[in-house]
Amino acid sequence: MEQVTKRYWKGVEELRNDATYVKHAQSEFVEPSATDLQSILDGSNAPRRDFLKTIGFGMAAVSLAACEAPVHKAIPYLNKPEGTFPSISDYYASTYTDGGEYASILVETREGRPIKIEGNPLSSITKGGTTARVQASVLSLYDIDKLKGPKKGSNDAKWETVDKEITSQLAAIAAKGGAIRLVTSTIISPSTKAVIADFVTKYPTTRHIVYDANSASGIVQANQLSFDRAVVPAYDFSKAKTIVSIGADFLGTWIAPLNYMKDYAKTRKIGAVGGGNKEMSRHYQFETILSMTGSNADYRGTYKPSQEGLVVANLYNKVAAKLGGTPINAPAVTIQYLDKAAADLIASRGRSLVVAGSNDPNVQVVVNALNSLLGSYASTINLGVAVNTRQGNDQQMNAFVDELKAGQVQGVMFFSANPVYDHPRGAEIVQALAKVPLSISFGDRADETGSLAKYITPAPHFLECWNDAEPVTGHYSLMQPAITHIFKTRQMQTSLLTWAGLPNDYQEYVKRQWKNTQYAKSAGFTSFDAFWIKALHDGVFEPAAMPAPAAIAFAGNVAAAGSAIAQRYKPTTGMEVALYEKVGIGTGSQANNPWLQEFPDPVSKACWDNYAAVSQKTAKDMDVEQNELVSIEVAGKTVVLPILIQPGQADNTVGVAIGYGRSKSGRCSDGVGQNAYPLASLVGGFVSMAAFTPKVNKHSGRHEIAQTQTHETVMGRKAVLQEGILARYQKNPREGRYEPKVETSKGAVPATDISLWHGYGKPNHSWGMVIDLNSCIGCGACVVGCISENNIATVGREEVLARREMHWMRIDRYYSSDAELEKDGYKALEVASANPEVTFQPMLCQHCSNAPCETVCPVLATTHSTEGLNQMTYNRCIGTRYCANNCPYKVRRFNWFKYHDEDKFAFNYHLNSDLGKMAINPDVTVRARGVIEKCSFCVQRIQEGKLTAKKERRRPLPDEIQSACAQACPTDAIIFGDMNNPESTISKVLNTELNERAFHVLEEINVRPQIAYLTKIRNKDEGPKQESTQETVS
Amino acid sequence: MPSFLNLADKDIDGILDYIDSENTVAKASLTAGDNKTTPGAQTNGDSTPSSSSGPSELFTLVLVALLVVMLLVLGVLFVIVTILSKAISPQVVGVDQTASTTPLVQRLREGLTNTVGNSTVRTVAIWLFLFVATKMSIDGLYSIGIQQGYAPKQPIAYSHKLHAGQYKIDCNYCHTGVNKGKSATIPAANICMNCHGVIKKESPEIQKIYRAIETDTPIEWIRVHNLPDLAYFNHAQHVNVGNVQCQSCHGEIQKMEVVEQRSSLTMGWCIDCHRKTEVNTKDNAYYDKLVALHRKESREPLKVANIGGLECSKCHY
Repeated sequence: MEQVTKRYWKGVEELRNDATYVKHAQSEFVEPSATDLQSILDGSNAPRRDFLKTIGFGMAAVSLAACEAPVHKAIPYLNKPEGTFPSISDYYASTYTDGGEYASILVETREGRPIKIEGNPLSSITKGGTTARVQASVLSLYDIDKLKGPKKGSNDAKWETVDKEITSQLAAIAAKGGAIRLVTSTIISPSTKAVIADFVTKYPTTRHIVYDANSASGIVQANQLSFDRAVVPAYDFSKAKTIVSIGADFLGTWIAPLNYMKDYAKTRKIGAVGGGNKEMSRHYQFETILSMTGSNADYRGTYKPSQEGLVVANLYNKVAAKLGGTPINAPAVTIQYLDKAAADLIASRGRSLVVAGSNDPNVQVVVNALNSLLGSYASTINLGVAVNTRQGNDQQMNAFVDELKAGQVQGVMFFSANPVYDHPRGAEIVQALAKVPLSISFGDRADETGSLAKYITPAPHFLECWNDAEPVTGHYSLMQPAITHIFKTRQMQTSLLTWAGLPNDYQEYVKRQWKNTQYAKSAGFTSFDAFWIKALHDGVFEPAAMPAPAAIAFAGNVAAAGSAIAQRYKPTTGMEVALYEKVGIGTGSQANNPWLQEFPDPVSKACWDNYAAVSQKTAKDMDVEQNELVSIEVAGKTVVLPILIQPGQADNTVGVAIGYGRSKSGRCSDGVGQNAYPLASLVGGFVSMAAFTPKVNKHSGRHEIAQTQTHETVMGRKAVLQEGILARYQKNPREGRYEPKVETSKGAVPATDISLWHGYGKPNHSWGMVIDLNSCIGCGACVVGCISENNIATVGREEVLARREMHWMRIDRYYSSDAELEKDGYKALEVASANPEVTFQPMLCQHCSNAPCETVCPVLATTHSTEGLNQMTYNRCIGTRYCANNCPYKVRRFNWFKYHDEDKFAFNYHLNSDLGKMAINPDVTVRARGVIEKCSFCVQRIQEGKLTAKKERRRPLPDEIQSACAQACPTDAIIFGDMNNPESTISKVLNTELNERAFHVLEEINVRPQIAYLTKIRNKDEGPKQESTQETVS
Repeated sequence: MPSFLNLADKDIDGILDYIDSENTVAKASLTAGDNKTTPGAQTNGDSTPSSSSGPSELFTLVLVALLVVMLLVLGVLFVIVTILSKAISPQVVGVDQTASTTPLVQRLREGLTNTVGNSTVRTVAIWLFLFVATKMSIDGLYSIGIQQGYAPKQPIAYSHKLHAGQYKIDCNYCHTGVNKGKSATIPAANICMNCHGVIKKESPEIQKIYRAIETDTPIEWIRVHNLPDLAYFNHAQHVNVGNVQCQSCHGEIQKMEVVEQRSSLTMGWCIDCHRKTEVNTKDNAYYDKLVALHRKESREPLKVANIGGLECSKCHY
């Protein structure tokens, strides 16, 4: 059998073998620092409170024997709603929207409070998938930094007063013919748009300005120019054989990732999980930063932002040369794999798809021309179906800022928009806003924009709202409240209707809209009520099949676009800046969510900060090291950020994430990172997330970036990851498998054949998991889903720096290269790291049948169940941490502190405020200080599922019981189920794959995990290994 | 949505009319029968404090009796000692009477000093004391948090004896969650109103329910059975699936005037029952395979412990 000779490392510090790295690698758990203990024991140095606590503990211990049990109250309903039972979850279908983001969801509620969000499998748009942000949104509902009622200036006000004053002022402005502007991010709700139209009828001087912090205005403009259709089309990744993405992070942040993830994964699933399929799409990614999407690419090339347009133009020219398109006049660039990409695109003509992240309409026009040449409009792109999640118009917004500065605006309202923070001209808006007589914010908090407004009329969280949505043409979705209004907030729609003097019951309004529009499109309902109840129950209404993609003639001027590109994109020699959006924090609208702040970036594994990402070579050239500060100056605006060395980043570029550096968002996000929006610029009226000629200089000082990546290392052991390439897999399904052998007197035998243990019988159920490394895209929806389900503590930046994060599930990200240590030496390893292959591996408790942790626990706090679970009993644990020490997978977490009801962790309002605690799952214990915790395979769900079956006197159905991570996974990469049930998906998959792709991590130690992984197969050509040097970019 | 979809508004009005008309009749009969029921209810109410303090009184009585017996025994022993000491020392008879009385106290004192001075006796006493003290403190520690016998006074003097015992109302009627989920649920006031909208409206205890509804303030019952948060218990598993009777854990609830915690609710108590109890496998396809497997291995009946009923994660997660 072939030996795996690849080397993996988790970060450059592992590669370089830094002294601090070696130190940390050998001690998984850092002992409390001297200051930690000092602060508690030393009364003089410590806060008085801690001193009193220490004394108080002693007192409590002494008086324990004398104390009486506290009196517990049991308070029943006065009038219990029918069908609702305490301790039993109810699920409501609803809609998640945050700006332009959309997901059809199911909200799990307990006694009337939402505790968990799941995907709605009935939606053909999001297909039951969720993202990290969707999963985390339930905690934002209980954000304690939100406003508790309307405000006038900085004072609390009453709704009646506010309404009266605003209505009279609006009337006065309208009477004078003064301009009123409503500024929003993308609104995908038809009813809300109708409300705005009603408002405009009442106050005709009102105009609705739409802009997006992550704008796709250029794409809309390009489609207008190319096809006379100002839309973002629907992309169907499931039909694509060759996918080329130029700077579009379509799995993470571009347009509507949730719509694309499952389709993309479908083309990447092979073997038993892909229904016997042995073909894969081939994914090329060209980009500046190493994005999550780029990490999944088969071939990846890098460019500087100043080359972006040229990359597209060159690719177009290469394809046009073969397919007979008119070439464009643009300078040539050499980018690794660009020729290969062009060849593959041509070969798979009609099943190709090119997407670009650029917001430059000229670049997008060339992309359209390219797709048109490749025949994509008849297959993978559907112009007949518009994706409504990016409707922002940069030019309109720009004009609005000019208007505002000129003092031409009399009244302005902001809804779901925070331009002071997230618009490149935010600073100008601050100055201009002071001149506006009437300014109103509908924000849920006094944010950067809201705090400058004369009135804040807070709108509630989406889980408290009635609304509808049309995320994609012809697909409708309903939003219903899962809880009554927590604070004295009011929906923006109700406010607008009130001020327009119309009936302001928005629920009735939506219902009426649906009666007039959607009901007419339905069939088979006897009455509107029946239709309404069904739509409310399903959450979505998808009337009929959508028009199929149809070929459309490209009518744009590609030559003009080409010359505009040549004009703008000129080679530079210095540093360049690329701004990007993070998978967790996004545009920063949900920044005050501790789960998202602590959610590690899929690629850099950094949390609680943004940073200046540079390649290793650039860092060397600049003579900077990780965590050292640099200043980045663009057009007079400067941000100072710590350096993070990011393999895969284009040389001479700095990647900076937007969404950080909030100043008025709340306790958890204020002052975290730096705001990078001011570094963005407007080019031809379109927001450009890049700067070609910034000044990047070393700055004095350091700022440690909290990364989760180097914590639990693979300890240099092989065969943690097994991977191969498609061409070889097609010949041998065991491609890439590594089979450890043990020498015995009878020769070498597989390591799993020898055991000291007798094993456990699993007569009833055998819970197991299969994780397909091919379809895991590293998005981390599972990580946040797990946090939400299992009440996992957020520990904060300092504790993450001390490597004490509590996540039960982590996604290990390994960089790899094809260089061989023995042959090429260390030097080659270093060169290859410039553009490494990336593999994501979700890692959680493997529920070993021969569990090393169980044998070392002195108090039997961790034991094995007859259902294959490795059980952890918190109340028995005395915190010796032997188990964590002995765990080969490093998945056990120790509660160094009491993370709930503790002043030190007040930023985590989830466990430290009465309101935040409403998000706690009542079926899972909140762990105390001093105990170990780890993944339980969602045993509470297993128990609940079994009980449901028992109550109905039957066996659980195959796949009826799902762990939180498997349910959250948008690509179905995680398969959970009962391996004793031959009908379950996991059994069917393992039936074939146990002899093909399935492997256990660290098989040679024979701990017999219940979790199997399927090998990562890349769609690469067979033959010589990957070019070990990155081609230099001219 | 209404619970009875098949009933039109007209039908519901009809039913309400019927209730009203019956109500007036019932009231008339109620006032007629009032003389009989009220005294009974009053004695019930009076017996509440006495029954709750009953055991402790009995305990004191027994203690006093024991004390008396011990004193008597002491007295008898003293007499015996005096007689015996006189009998074995005849020569002392010659000594004068006054001397014979003082030596008694003296001898007692001497005897005592001798006993205390004796090292063996002292060692035994110390060991005895240590043993008793250790035993008592261990027992005391074990009983921390155990509230067996806990019978707090509730805000409304609701009697299970009357409702479940005398009138034989099914437990399920009020504790509606017991077959469905984790909590058996304390009935909401609207369940009380199903009957007390008509019956015994004038009772001061029932007036409390009316007041709660009128002022929209929920009734704060005092929780009697408190499991620690780290233990997960589900009523539906035991009552619906396991067919365990309420009384198995809650005692003879139908005889309780004030609800009292009868079982210790300790982990040992849980485990003990899981070891002894047979699984209710009848007509439940969930267990079919397990029963077949168990029959192959053993002739003993299938106990909860045999199917993982003692595993940590069944209750702790």
